Amino acid sequence: MKQGNSLTLKFMSGAGFVFLYAPIIAMIVYSFNDSKLVTVWGGWSLKWYAELFRNEQIMSAAWVSLKIAFISATLASVLGTVAGFVLSRMRKFVGKAMLTGWVTAPLVMPEVITGLSLLLLFVSLENMFGWPAGRGVMTIVIAHTTFCLAYVAVVVQSRLASLDETLEEAAMDLGAKPASLFFLITLPLIAPAIISGWLLSFTLSLDDLVIASFVSGPGNSTLPMVIFSKVRLGVTPEVNALATLMIVAVSIAVIAAIVILHRQSRYNDVNK
Amino acid sequence: MSAFPNPSAVQTKSVPTWRQQDAKPFVQIEQITKQFGQFTAVNSVSLDIYRNELFCLLGGSGSGKSTLLRMLAGFEEPTSGRILIDGVDMTGIPPWERPVNMMFQSYALFPHLSVEANVAFGLKREGIKSPEVNKRVAEILNMVQLGHLAKRKPHMLSGGQRQRVALARALVKRPKLLLLDEPLGALDKKLREETQFELMRLQDELGITFVVVTHDQEEAMTLATRIGVMNNGEIVQTAEPHEVYEYPKSRFVAEFIGNVNLFDGTVVEDERDSVSIQSPDLDALLQVDHGISCAPNQEVSVAIRPEKIYISREPVDIEVNGATGIISDVAYMGSQSVFKVRLASGKELRITQPNVSREMGSRLTWEDKVYLSWDADSCVVLMS
Repeated sequence: MKQGNSLTLKFMSGAGFVFLYAPIIAMIVYSFNDSKLVTVWGGWSLKWYAELFRNEQIMSAAWVSLKIAFISATLASVLGTVAGFVLSRMRKFVGKAMLTGWVTAPLVMPEVITGLSLLLLFVSLENMFGWPAGRGVMTIVIAHTTFCLAYVAVVVQSRLASLDETLEEAAMDLGAKPASLFFLITLPLIAPAIISGWLLSFTLSLDDLVIASFVSGPGNSTLPMVIFSKVRLGVTPEVNALATLMIVAVSIAVIAAIVILHRQSRYNDVNK
Repeated sequence: MSAFPNPSAVQTKSVPTWRQQDAKPFVQIEQITKQFGQFTAVNSVSLDIYRNELFCLLGGSGSGKSTLLRMLAGFEEPTSGRILIDGVDMTGIPPWERPVNMMFQSYALFPHLSVEANVAFGLKREGIKSPEVNKRVAEILNMVQLGHLAKRKPHMLSGGQRQRVALARALVKRPKLLLLDEPLGALDKKLREETQFELMRLQDELGITFVVVTHDQEEAMTLATRIGVMNNGEIVQTAEPHEVYEYPKSRFVAEFIGNVNLFDGTVVEDERDSVSIQSPDLDALLQVDHGISCAPNQEVSVAIRPEKIYISREPVDIEVNGATGIISDVAYMGSQSVFKVRLASGKELRITQPNVSREMGSRLTWEDKVYLSWDADSCVVLMS
């Protein structure tokens, strides 16, 4: 009975994984296709990767994307940490639940709505104050920071919630003033959460197409935007190669985030 | 590391400070009250603790003992009242400026710092130069026998080692007052005993005033110079360990510390140097011969400790302070045996007897009819 159960379980999970990853594996395999036709196998080759690196439009879009991802992840980490602190450390007050809801709402908000509302905000700001002048890297960074902030806040908040408060009391008891308490004890203890929040934000920003499409201006296309416009003219093996590289980058970041968080929780159990 | 001071020897060296009339208290707790919303955790507690004391706050969970300790450390501000340490009013002084260090129940070691860095943390906050810091850290780690583990992280240490790191970290700043929250709670029995003596030795050596919070009466009895028994946010009795045990002030203290047999009764005769009490549980009168002021017909309780009752199969005089009964239960505990004796009234008494003889044959056993008696000065009359 038990045996049968575990066999069923294996089969089910196997089927699930195939369902999830078969398309991606197919795409990765086809990125090494020698043929010019996407659907016809013509032997192994790296030529589309070479082609990719010679394509200036893609390379400059990639550079823009990386730049935006780096800046917004960093800003989101700082602001998200502050928000996470407020959420976990403020005493109970009327509206705390609502504030928590507001911070985390972008997690479930449809991207189209986020993008559209940000676009409207930027346009009316420009009309009223003349800033931001036009749309480009700056507006994308602001938009990405906004929704990545929510992710960082949630990760940092949950880390702070599980942090043993007596550690901070012990530090104060030993003479640490609030500033040194924060930088010597609290920050190192929640650093893994912040780092994994940063990595998550980085990948989210790198992946985002919808919001960026709303708030970007001419000449500032991000990588997903370029891929999307290229695919509309037909899928080329070049795009397969590009997508493969992006998957590799994102996987590394996500795995790193998980490993860092896991290691932290293991060695912090020391006082429990 | 071996020569443990004999606690009674330490105490008899001279008259303890807390018994001197004009002694100046080191810690003065004045009418402290702490409320959390509607709940009163500590209710108007006043307490003086003297220099070089090892004062134990003893109480069950929710008795307010930990809240009181946290107010001494500065983690909680009292709702009303004030605390003076060495004559200085601590109101509004944050934890990092108080001459107090605390050893936490969970040890609260910083997981990202090595043993050495944990211990050095407090010294560095004082702005002490690193050669001096290193010297003092090495000294204290050797004292707690952890010198060889200085570079380790806390998660690589055993429970007992972590506890000693926590102690070293609290001691290295040479605080005037050391607070210990259930210091032995997480240790196994053998390690507990070792640490108890270790604490007493350190206390004697360093001359620091200790305040220990515990729920374990045995721990309090062994460690303390004085015990403050807490219940429902109030201190119900403050006294030396033997006094708390032999002369409890209330039913709560008598029952909380050790085992006790309690008789409810009424005063029938109040003479100059003895009081007679009639209890519905006993045929004989209870006669107590030490001075207590009470009125005839007053309702009181009489407490008798289990080891102060004589038990025998041979008839003895039980006209006053005695009873007969049947042994209903026997527990052999090695050094002593515990008997439960059921009286004619149905009341069960608990009696302990040292196992003086190795022989089993002559021992009292189940269903034996026995005579119980006790001395008039073994009884404690409790008014509340």
